[in-house]
Amino acid sequence: MAYDYEKSIRPGKLPHIWCPGCGHGIVMKGLIRAMDTCGLEKNNTAIVSGIGCASRLPGYMDFNTLHTAHGRAAAFATGIKMVKPEMTVICCGGDGDGTAIGGNHFIHACRRNIDMTYVIMNNYIYGMTGGQFSPCTPTGMKASTTPYGNPDPIFDISKLAIGAGATFVARTTSFHATQIDKLIAEGIKHKGMSVIEVLDDCPTSYGRRNKFRSVVDMMKRLKEVAVPVAAAAKMTDEQLEGKVLTGVLFKEERAEYTDQYAKLIARVQGA
Amino acid sequence: MSAKAEIEIIEEYCKGCSICVEFCPTKVLEMDAFVVKVANADACIACNQCELRCPDFAIKVHKL
Amino acid sequence: MAKKVALLQGNSACALGAIYAGCKFFGGYPITPSTEVAEVMSEELPKVGGKFIQMEDEIGAMASVIGASLAGSKSLTATSGPGVSLKQELIGYACIAEVPCVIINVMRGGPSTGMPTGPGQSDVMQARWGTHGDHAAIAVCPESCQEIFTETVRAFNLAEKYRMPVQVLYDEIVGHMRERIVFPEPGELEIIDRAAPTCSPEEYKPYDAKSDTDVPPLAVFGSEYRFHVTGLNKAADGFPTTKANLVAFEERRQIAKVECPEARADIESNEEYLTEDAEVVIFAYGSSARSARYAVNKMRAEGIKAGLFRPITIWPFPEKRVAELGKQVNSMVVVEMNLGQMIFEVERIVKNDCKLAGVFRVDGDPINPGEIMAKVKEVL
Repeated sequence: MAYDYEKSIRPGKLPHIWCPGCGHGIVMKGLIRAMDTCGLEKNNTAIVSGIGCASRLPGYMDFNTLHTAHGRAAAFATGIKMVKPEMTVICCGGDGDGTAIGGNHFIHACRRNIDMTYVIMNNYIYGMTGGQFSPCTPTGMKASTTPYGNPDPIFDISKLAIGAGATFVARTTSFHATQIDKLIAEGIKHKGMSVIEVLDDCPTSYGRRNKFRSVVDMMKRLKEVAVPVAAAAKMTDEQLEGKVLTGVLFKEERAEYTDQYAKLIARVQGA
Repeated sequence: MSAKAEIEIIEEYCKGCSICVEFCPTKVLEMDAFVVKVANADACIACNQCELRCPDFAIKVHKL
Repeated sequence: MAKKVALLQGNSACALGAIYAGCKFFGGYPITPSTEVAEVMSEELPKVGGKFIQMEDEIGAMASVIGASLAGSKSLTATSGPGVSLKQELIGYACIAEVPCVIINVMRGGPSTGMPTGPGQSDVMQARWGTHGDHAAIAVCPESCQEIFTETVRAFNLAEKYRMPVQVLYDEIVGHMRERIVFPEPGELEIIDRAAPTCSPEEYKPYDAKSDTDVPPLAVFGSEYRFHVTGLNKAADGFPTTKANLVAFEERRQIAKVECPEARADIESNEEYLTEDAEVVIFAYGSSARSARYAVNKMRAEGIKAGLFRPITIWPFPEKRVAELGKQVNSMVVVEMNLGQMIFEVERIVKNDCKLAGVFRVDGDPINPGEIMAKVKEVL
């Protein structure tokens, strides 16, 4: 039998709103497989998003789902997790949502090492508003608000997460479909803040402006630029120019936030 | 050669992106007026790449 | 047994009122003159198994409060005007998604940073209109430390009952003033918890209103009732819609649930002092009402038939009673620590039924009884 995605999707919600070729659907399938692998119970799981194309994902999922305001997913999710530490909390959203308007919430969730899994779909553009540049649009590339090429340098989301204190950080691409669920599953199992950055493609708002003939061209590029961390270790800086590291980029065990708060309560109540 | 899997296309979900067609290693699939169709069923090796990469939940690979 | 009594600052009374109401979550960000609410909550919540978090910013604090409430906890945040300016985004979210929560605004002057350690009452219109889009508002405005305690309890009750954000506004004077507080016994004040769904999980729709003023029950994340929440206009099932009739129904219901006559009667709370035979009524709220009461007593001693009308619930505005008073009195004097905000509401209601004047002050000093008496004598 083929994989049964429908068991995790709310009846009647497909087809989804994403454009032809949009990578978010591939990521959503990976997320479903990962949640399945981890045996997550629907009632005990919350999926929280911000605003944007990627943030429409929770609406399709048959779990407790919260489509918040632009950039605020991690902060709403923090409230849920504090009150119900026994729940599995998953955040998802795009690059602009998570690292521009929501950048502060994102880095502080990483700092606290609160037990959540944040799947960030990085398609280097604000898709829903029609293709404005985001903090992840590569320098020089075209967006509707960078008609002469993007003058801004980018955020490396995974490095940002590591620097801010996330204790599991991994990256893959929508081309590497089976790696998506493996990394998300590892993130869900990890106790602490997990960030999984998935590079995916927006053929409508990014591809068209940047001379990609089709989403297939965009996915072939993802295949070319991705270098697994183990392979990268044997490569020179010159060879790594323009490449993107994939796989588990960082992992460490550190005290988790809600655990620490539970200990604080026990200490106060015992005193 | 005989097919290793039966490919089910859910036409109303397919948005015609052609990712499945391009990444199929044995050229089983083809575009037909913006919707994918199975053109060469016998060549399917059940690798599941089309199902995994279909962003629209439009392909199901039933292994035989 | 004698009741427990303490000498407490208004901000402490607020925090202890929240604990009495059953609050189990506080998400905040430091800001003068409200910070003591957060400080006391950080100390008291763990004692009752509750959770305190200091978030990275005001918006994050409001977000955590809404998330915590959806997870089933009565939730509180405390801030001042500049913080409410930032929280407005998510106050609107709590309105449209109908998530109960309480926001304390210890008012200082403004706009912008203004005078952080001085009192003000210039956020009363912010409390009514402060977020984009049409929405209802409930706000209460206590005048003393004891009343901060009881009004914080009532704010939680109203938030839970009407499934929406409720603001408690008091100014820096009451927030930092110390007064004797008599603690109510457990069970002495009514405590309202949100209505839980009684239908089966399969049938549950988070916005399934039975009438155009209904407040549907709210399930809890983590229970067997799975549901979707969004800030988009949505249908009864919680999923986005752009269907005109559904959007209009929901928008109107979310206002009517607060502004229908039954709800107004339930939410409204006023103090009237010597208004029965009054020829001049002073309309004052919060700490300004304390000066006004003193002025009324002085004027009565002089033979002037003065009275005090003090709305404790400022939103929804006490339209019916203010209209009646407007017809009864010769003049009304609105006293507020701003340059005239609630006076517009009073004017909207009394129209030309009586003379209207205002006593306004924004220099960081409280309004004194002498100023009020001078104005009354001028207009009478």
